[in-house]
Amino acid sequence: MNSLFILNALVTPGVGLIFWTSIVFILLLVLLGKFAWKPILAAIKSREESIDEALKSAEKAKLEMQELKAGNEKILAEARAERDALLKEARDTKDAIINEAKTKAKSEADRILTSAREQITNEKNAAITELKNQVATLSIEIAEKILRSELSSDDKQKALVTNLMKDVNLN
Amino acid sequence: MRAKAIFFPIFLVLFFLFSGKVAAGEPTELEHHGDSSAVHVSDGHNKEQKVDITKVAFEHILDSHSWHLFGEGHDAVSIPLPVILKTNNGLVVFSSGEFHHDTHGTHVVEKNGERFVNFEETIYYASETPNVHGQYLEMEENGSEWHPKNAAPLDFSITKNVAQLFISAIVLILIFSSIAKAYKTTGVTSAPTGKQSFFEPLIVFVRDDLAKGNIGHGYEKYVPYLLTVFFLILINNVFGLIPIGANLTGNIAFTLVLSVITLIVTNVNANGAYWHHILMPPAPKWLWPILIPIEVVGILTKPFALMIRLFANMTAGHIIVISLVGLIFFFESLAISPISVAFALFIDVLECLVAFLQAYIFTMLTALFIGAATADHSHDESHSGEHATESH
Repeated sequence: MNSLFILNALVTPGVGLIFWTSIVFILLLVLLGKFAWKPILAAIKSREESIDEALKSAEKAKLEMQELKAGNEKILAEARAERDALLKEARDTKDAIINEAKTKAKSEADRILTSAREQITNEKNAAITELKNQVATLSIEIAEKILRSELSSDDKQKALVTNLMKDVNLN
Repeated sequence: MRAKAIFFPIFLVLFFLFSGKVAAGEPTELEHHGDSSAVHVSDGHNKEQKVDITKVAFEHILDSHSWHLFGEGHDAVSIPLPVILKTNNGLVVFSSGEFHHDTHGTHVVEKNGERFVNFEETIYYASETPNVHGQYLEMEENGSEWHPKNAAPLDFSITKNVAQLFISAIVLILIFSSIAKAYKTTGVTSAPTGKQSFFEPLIVFVRDDLAKGNIGHGYEKYVPYLLTVFFLILINNVFGLIPIGANLTGNIAFTLVLSVITLIVTNVNANGAYWHHILMPPAPKWLWPILIPIEVVGILTKPFALMIRLFANMTAGHIIVISLVGLIFFFESLAISPISVAFALFIDVLECLVAFLQAYIFTMLTALFIGAATADHSHDESHSGEHATESH
C-alpha cells in the first residue's frame, strides 16, 4: 500500500460517512434536544433560580432580623423613656402629696395651736375669774372674821373708831 | 444481522470502558496486525516480508467495512457489518463477511447480477477476469502508485465508523435521558448524584463558559446544538482511544459534516452587521477589491479550520501511538518494547486530555463564530474572533 494512496484516502471524505453522520447528528440533536437538553437545562436553571431565591430570602431574612433588632431597640428605648417619665411623674406626685400633706399638717397644727391657745386663754381667764371670786369670798370671810374679832369688845370698837377717825383726819 | 452487528460492539465497548485497560491493550492488538502483515503482504507491489508500519498505522486510522477485533488474515475475528451500495441498478445490501476478510480485490461478491470486490476498503465493480495478482481489478500505474481503474458504486455501508457513530449516539441518548429522568425524580432541590454530578458541571460549563461567554445575548437558542456537538465529539474521542474503537473524530468526513453544520448555523443566524462587515469592510474603498474576497473566503476558512483541526489532532495522536509501538517492528527487537510501551502510555494519557481539549476547542470556536455573526457590535467581535481562531 502506497503512502500517497493512503494519505489520499485519509483526506478524502467518504460519501457514506457524510450521509450517516448528517442523519445521526440531526437525529441526535432533535432527540437529545427534546428528551435531554430541554429538561436538563430547565432543571439546572430552576435549581439555580431556587438557590438564588434561597440566598436572596436569606439576605432578606437577615435584613428583617436587623430591622426587628432595631425595632426592638427602639421599643426598649421607648419603654425606658416611658419608665423614666413614669418615675418622674410618680416622684412629682409624691412630692406634691408630701408638700400638700406638709401644708395641711402645718395649717392643722396652726389651727390646733391657735385653738389651744384660745382655750388656754379662756381657761386662764376663767381660772383668774374664779380665783378672783374665791379671793373675794375669802377676803370677805376673813374680813368678817376680823370684824367679828375686832368688834367683839367695846374697847376694840372704840379703838377702831378712833383709828378710823384718825385716818379720816389725815385725809 | 444489523442488530447483532451493533449490539455486540456495545457490549465490547462497555467492557473496555470499565476495564480501564485502555493503553495496555494497544500493543497486543498491534502485534497481531504486525505478524500477519509479515506473512500476508500480497498486494503484489511490496515484495518485502517486513512489517509495513505505515500500512498498519493507516489500517487503524482509516474506516473499514468490518469491525476488526483480533487475529489476522483468514483467522481474523471481526464483526461483519452491512454493506450498502448504491449501484446503477439501485440499492445492494449484503454482509461484509461475504468478502471473507479480503481487502486486496481477490474475492468477488456477486449480488443482483452485479459483482464487487473490496480493495483497500473501497468497493469497486469487479472486472470479468483476474489480473496477474489474482485481483479482479484493472490496475494502472500512475507514477509510483497503482490505482484500480474500475468504477466504484456509491458506498453507504454501515462501516466501522458509522457503527461507532450509532453506538455513541445511542450511548449519549441513554446517558442523557437517564440524567434528565434523574432531574425529574429527585427534583431540583437536591444535589446531583452519580452520572448527574459528572455531567452537570460539563453541561453548565458548555452553557456558561462556551455559549454565554462567546455568544452573549440570545445564547439560549444555541445551547442544545453546542451541547450535542461537545458531547458527540467528546464521546467519540474517548471511544477512539479504546483499542478496538473506531477513529471517528479523526475521520475527515465526520469533521466535515460537523463543520458544515457550524457553517450553516453561523451564516443562517448571522445579522446585518456581520454581512455588512464582510461586504462593506470598514476600510478605505480602494482596499475593498482585496478585502471583500478575503472576508468572503473567511466565511469558509473558519469552519474549514475547525474540520482540519479536529481531524488532524485525533489522527495525529493515533499515529503517534501506533508509530511508537511500531518501533518494536522497525528495530525488530523486543528490547525496545519497554520504551515503546512507556511512550505509548504517555501519549495515551495525553490523548485523554486531548479528547476533552479538542471537544472543547471545537465547541468553543463554534460558539465564537456564532457569537461573531450575531453580535450587536459586529466589528469588534468578529475581529477578536479571528484572532482567537489563529491562536489555536
